[in-house]
Amino acid sequence: MIFYVIRRLLMVAPVMAVVTIVVFLLSRLGPADPAAILVGDLGSSEEIQRTRIALGLDRPLLAQYLTWITGVLRGDLGISIFTRTSVASLIGQSAEPTIVLTLATMIYTVIIAVPLGVLAAWRAGSAIDRIFMGLAVLGFSTPVFVLGYVLAYVFGNRLGILPVQGYRGIEGGIGGVLASITLPCIAIGSTFIALIARVTRASMLDVLGEDYIRTAHAKGMRVPVVLLIHALKNAAIPIVTMIGIGFGVLLSGVVVTESVFAIPGIGRLTVESVFRRDFPVIQGIVLAMSLVYVLLNLVIDLAYTLLDPRIRY
Amino acid sequence: MARAPSSFADQVRRHPTIAIGGVTLALVALAGIAAPLLTPHDPLAINPLGSLAPASAEHPLGTDQLGRDMLARLLYGTRVSLIVGALVALLATVIGLTLGLVAGFVRVFDAVLMRVMDGLMAIPAVLLAIAFVAAIKASVTTVVLALAIVEIPRVVRLVRSVVLALRELPFVEGAIIAGSTLPGILWRHILPNTLAPLTVQATYIAASAIIIEAALSFLGAGTPPEVPSWGNMMAAGRAFFLLAPELILVPGIALTITVLAVNMLGDGLRDTLDPRLRKRL
Repeated sequence: MIFYVIRRLLMVAPVMAVVTIVVFLLSRLGPADPAAILVGDLGSSEEIQRTRIALGLDRPLLAQYLTWITGVLRGDLGISIFTRTSVASLIGQSAEPTIVLTLATMIYTVIIAVPLGVLAAWRAGSAIDRIFMGLAVLGFSTPVFVLGYVLAYVFGNRLGILPVQGYRGIEGGIGGVLASITLPCIAIGSTFIALIARVTRASMLDVLGEDYIRTAHAKGMRVPVVLLIHALKNAAIPIVTMIGIGFGVLLSGVVVTESVFAIPGIGRLTVESVFRRDFPVIQGIVLAMSLVYVLLNLVIDLAYTLLDPRIRY
Repeated sequence: MARAPSSFADQVRRHPTIAIGGVTLALVALAGIAAPLLTPHDPLAINPLGSLAPASAEHPLGTDQLGRDMLARLLYGTRVSLIVGALVALLATVIGLTLGLVAGFVRVFDAVLMRVMDGLMAIPAVLLAIAFVAAIKASVTTVVLALAIVEIPRVVRLVRSVVLALRELPFVEGAIIAGSTLPGILWRHILPNTLAPLTVQATYIAASAIIIEAALSFLGAGTPPEVPSWGNMMAAGRAFFLLAPELILVPGIALTITVLAVNMLGDGLRDTLDPRLRKRL
């Protein structure tokens, strides 16, 4: 077990190494000269040249990468070109709304999607199954920002019962947070509910065909007990795996949805940084988000040993 | 794949999603192709005096904040979405197929390639695309390339898994023993078996690319603002959402219908071409 944990931890390294190389190359191979951006439109060519040398941009790519990655490993993501403050602190300041949105969406979608998937699998082929799966395709196909605006239109413009702009922080009380994240969470969650419900249904269908399920039914066990205790427990691994893989979809959804509801999170920081051509910030965000994604999937992989005693390493 | 055509028609009848998705998609494509016939207006023509006009005989969907005809922009926007979706699906499939085939047979290449693919897949799709477009240049070509890079790893994994499963089967081993060359085996035995899952995957890639392109443009990090794309229309309408929500809702609904049609086509193809996959995602 301990060897598996170590081996699995070591597998994170090459993945993150590739992420850092991709992120680094993006900033260097593009036509935009970081020195020119830093100096600004009014800078002279000597000034740009001096900045290039100061930034080390005249050195070989590999040397530049090594310098940069050494900093990153110490938690130094560089300095924002626009605000001249550290990228890490900028990301930290924007993190709260994004974390709250992501966690809230993740929790409520799983609570809704898993029972829907179980029900659809139990009644596979029925009208309920077809309606649920039809809704799942619709959920997949509706872009989060489109659904966001439809919700803002109905609940904000028309009914006027929920705020459609801004975010109220945790320090202002839980009521304000909930009110400000309700619509964004519904918008972000549509794709994720569809994803989890579909994988739950598929995984349950596999398990429901097993002999021990027939035996459980034959023993006269009640349907909910068979479905939840016998079947769902054994169908859990693909579902949990999809929660991990789908987390990337969820993060992408959060980034886009923040712009719809004017929520000052990581997504808005990303968009602002694109407009300001503030590449160090974009780099930092991509790195941080990818790391979160990789670590979450690491935790999930390790959790399998707890979920399924058959898995032994 | 190798079934008789009548059987295929039969399958389509049994899976109406193909017909519904296909016909809807064909209508959307037709609207894009025939845009100049369907509206006399130029999607880029600005008319400051006629801004935010309500629907009228002259402007069936009204005008936007710059007085541009909404119907014309909606129709021409079809082209951007469909071209991006099709090109990304094509590019990602061809490159992913090539890499996946080689990875399935060449061990050394496989190890390196799969680590690179794992790394690319660890970056949330929208962020990778935003970073790529921001680094290179905001244009339709850059968006297509960015989305292809996002989607290639998924194709490589799919193709590689098919190759790895097939490689151990008797008919491939037989071909190896019989002295077939590697390209010959790939072409005769492996490639035909990847076509069905790849076709399905390609439609899903198209759907995902259409959504992300619109999302990037909506965020202002995709196609340049003057391009009449649905995402750009929504971005332009943001400041006027309270006053004229239709500026955002109309292109948003067009986008959803198009993606829904592509996804239904994909689900139908999956059920028809690859019945083994039906129970899975």
